[in-house]
Amino acid sequence: MNGSEFLFLLTGLKWTLFLSAIGFVCGAASGLGIALARTSGIRPLEQATAGYIALFQGTPLLMQLFVVYYGLALVGLKLDAWLSVAIGFTLHASAFLGEIWRGSIEAVPKGQTEAAKALSLGYVSRMRDVILPQALRISLPATIGFLVQLIKGTSLAAIVGFTELARAGTIISNQIFKPLLVFGVVGVLYFLICWPLSLYGARLERRLAAASH
Amino acid sequence: MTDQAAASPAPMITMQGVNKWFGSFQVLTDINLLVRTGEKIVLCGPSGSGKSTLIRCINHLEPYQGGQIVVDGTRLIEDAGVIDAIRREVGMVFQQFNLFPHLTVLENCVLAPMRSRGVSRAEADATARRLLDRVKILNQADKFPAQLSGGQQQRVAIARALCMEPKVMLFDEPTSALDPEMVKEVLDTMVGLAEDGMTMICVTHEMGFARQVADRVIFMASGVIVEEAAPQDFFGNPRHERTRKFLGEILPRH
Amino acid sequence: MNYKFDFGPVIEGLPDLLWGCLGTLGLALAGMVLALVIGIGGVVLRDSPYRGLRWLVIGFVELIRNTPFLVQIYFIFFALPLAGIRLDPTPTAIIALGVNGGAYAIEIIRGGVQSIGKGQIEAGLALGLHKGQVFRLVVLKPALRAIFPSLTSQFILLTLTTSIASAISAYELTSVAQNIENNTFRSFEVYGVVTLLYLAMSWLMMRMFAQVTARHFSYPVK
Ligand SMILES: Nc1ncnc2c1ncn2[C@@H]1O[C@H](COP(=O)(O)OP(=O)(O)O)[C@@H](O)[C@H]1O
Ligand SMILES: [Mg+2]
Repeated sequence: MNGSEFLFLLTGLKWTLFLSAIGFVCGAASGLGIALARTSGIRPLEQATAGYIALFQGTPLLMQLFVVYYGLALVGLKLDAWLSVAIGFTLHASAFLGEIWRGSIEAVPKGQTEAAKALSLGYVSRMRDVILPQALRISLPATIGFLVQLIKGTSLAAIVGFTELARAGTIISNQIFKPLLVFGVVGVLYFLICWPLSLYGARLERRLAAASH
Repeated sequence: MTDQAAASPAPMITMQGVNKWFGSFQVLTDINLLVRTGEKIVLCGPSGSGKSTLIRCINHLEPYQGGQIVVDGTRLIEDAGVIDAIRREVGMVFQQFNLFPHLTVLENCVLAPMRSRGVSRAEADATARRLLDRVKILNQADKFPAQLSGGQQQRVAIARALCMEPKVMLFDEPTSALDPEMVKEVLDTMVGLAEDGMTMICVTHEMGFARQVADRVIFMASGVIVEEAAPQDFFGNPRHERTRKFLGEILPRH
Repeated sequence: MNYKFDFGPVIEGLPDLLWGCLGTLGLALAGMVLALVIGIGGVVLRDSPYRGLRWLVIGFVELIRNTPFLVQIYFIFFALPLAGIRLDPTPTAIIALGVNGGAYAIEIIRGGVQSIGKGQIEAGLALGLHKGQVFRLVVLKPALRAIFPSLTSQFILLTLTTSIASAISAYELTSVAQNIENNTFRSFEVYGVVTLLYLAMSWLMMRMFAQVTARHFSYPVK
């Protein structure tokens, strides 16, 4: 593998990071909405979001990408490959983050909501000032764990034909016929991104466990 | 206006024929209660008799299903605006303190005045400092709740409720979760509050406190108000068998 | 929207798709068995007295958990022949799934074993039970109970992961779907139906595991 081939892999890496960032940021924004709807106490909203979450947790990410990809084309949206893939990851992330955050919202002790209500704080302030800051802290290890899943998951965009890191690897591998070297390097690149995140998540989890004893 | 009406202060809380169920289990049965402005009520009774539920109905932490509750002239109905208005006038102190652990003592105190009453930061700050000083904890203003002792946390919780300048204070066993040596500092704070004329309903088994500050003691059992009397009558001459039995269990024998 | 849905090809391909489901379940089951073997072996090595072995296991777990399955399966797909092992795509996929699931299983099983309090074992020994009896009668059930939920959700996750094995054309539902799609161009219909098939499979597995939990692991704890 020469310099320009390695550079091509790095270009793929750039897209991997970009897709992950888009999926995570947009997924977090809509995931927050889903978590709030899921804990709203409004029956139809809770059921609809529960179904949404179950759908995404019960099917392969690859199928989700396929269905979104072809579904968008079918409703007449001629989108760039990267855009429809980004939408796919956003939907995927919104369901998983929504479920993680539902759990942590429910893990905040009930007394907190009651104290906030007794102080006549309305729903918005109750959530923003009292519940979500605590829920976010509780959810941080799981949220980071999901971010790692998402970064690894972006490799599936390769199967849909989008040139991120994994597909860049396939292309180079087909050119230079050294698949082990190429996929080894690709694996190391993923590892270098994901591992620090995993370590950080594990450290937060230990700290959280220590604080709650 | 008759002389008598002029003599007795206006009602602050009235409960008329209040009933409440948890599913098919009736927790409160036909509760009638009148608390006048400035009155101090002590509510006692065995565990599970519905004391918490009763006071939690007053600020609608629990909805009730029959009868009516009027707080400071406002009838408590299922309406977000009404519930909010009532909660602004009614402060509550919990057994487990329920301070917000991610906010400092001062932030705990200024949050609701700013968000709910729309008070400016400077004004909320000044009020909070004055009240923290009053509960003798101003020097801890920038600490987090977890850095304080139980007694200190409960005093902060009292100050936090007072920051909303409530007309009534509800206390739900405020000293039950405390180590014995910290009970007094919290009770002293409550006595001070009573002396300043606050209208109070206190669920507590601190009978010394009841003797000292209560205008009336109310005894509940199985969701019913069994007996209601001035402290000297309640302790000296309880009328009902259940009250005598209860007092026999909780009062120190000599 | 003037697209006309046509589920004809999907209905025609339904028998193939159902066979694909079986392929998926078989792949997942075989992968899970291998994962458990690796998991148990890994736990033993992970707590062995040899530091080198311990670090080997830790390195394996971290490496697998922080790289995509797609890259792992490609790597194994190309590495096996170089090691002189010629396998069809499907057995290759089983190995990849087992290796991937194994890394997660090590962590899960280790957590379960560690969750059994020392006091339990001491109490068993104090009652005059042998070490083997203590393990069988005292440790096993609580340990299984502790790991069962994570292990079964890992199983479901592994089942969903099998769809990635289509990248090396292993026999499972996704590659069956891709074949039908290639021949009919009814992409949305095919993948939509296949998504529902996956949903049905994971739902059934969930129900089944919930029943096992209810029947065998439902005694109250504090
Ligand atoms: N959220 C609830 N759901 C069902 N039952 C409840 C609930 N809260 C309290 N109860 C029941 O109502 C009764 C009264 O409870 P509570 O008002 O807390 O009693 P007290 O404060 O006098 O100990 C108890 O039997 C309790 O088990
Ligand atoms: Mg109570």
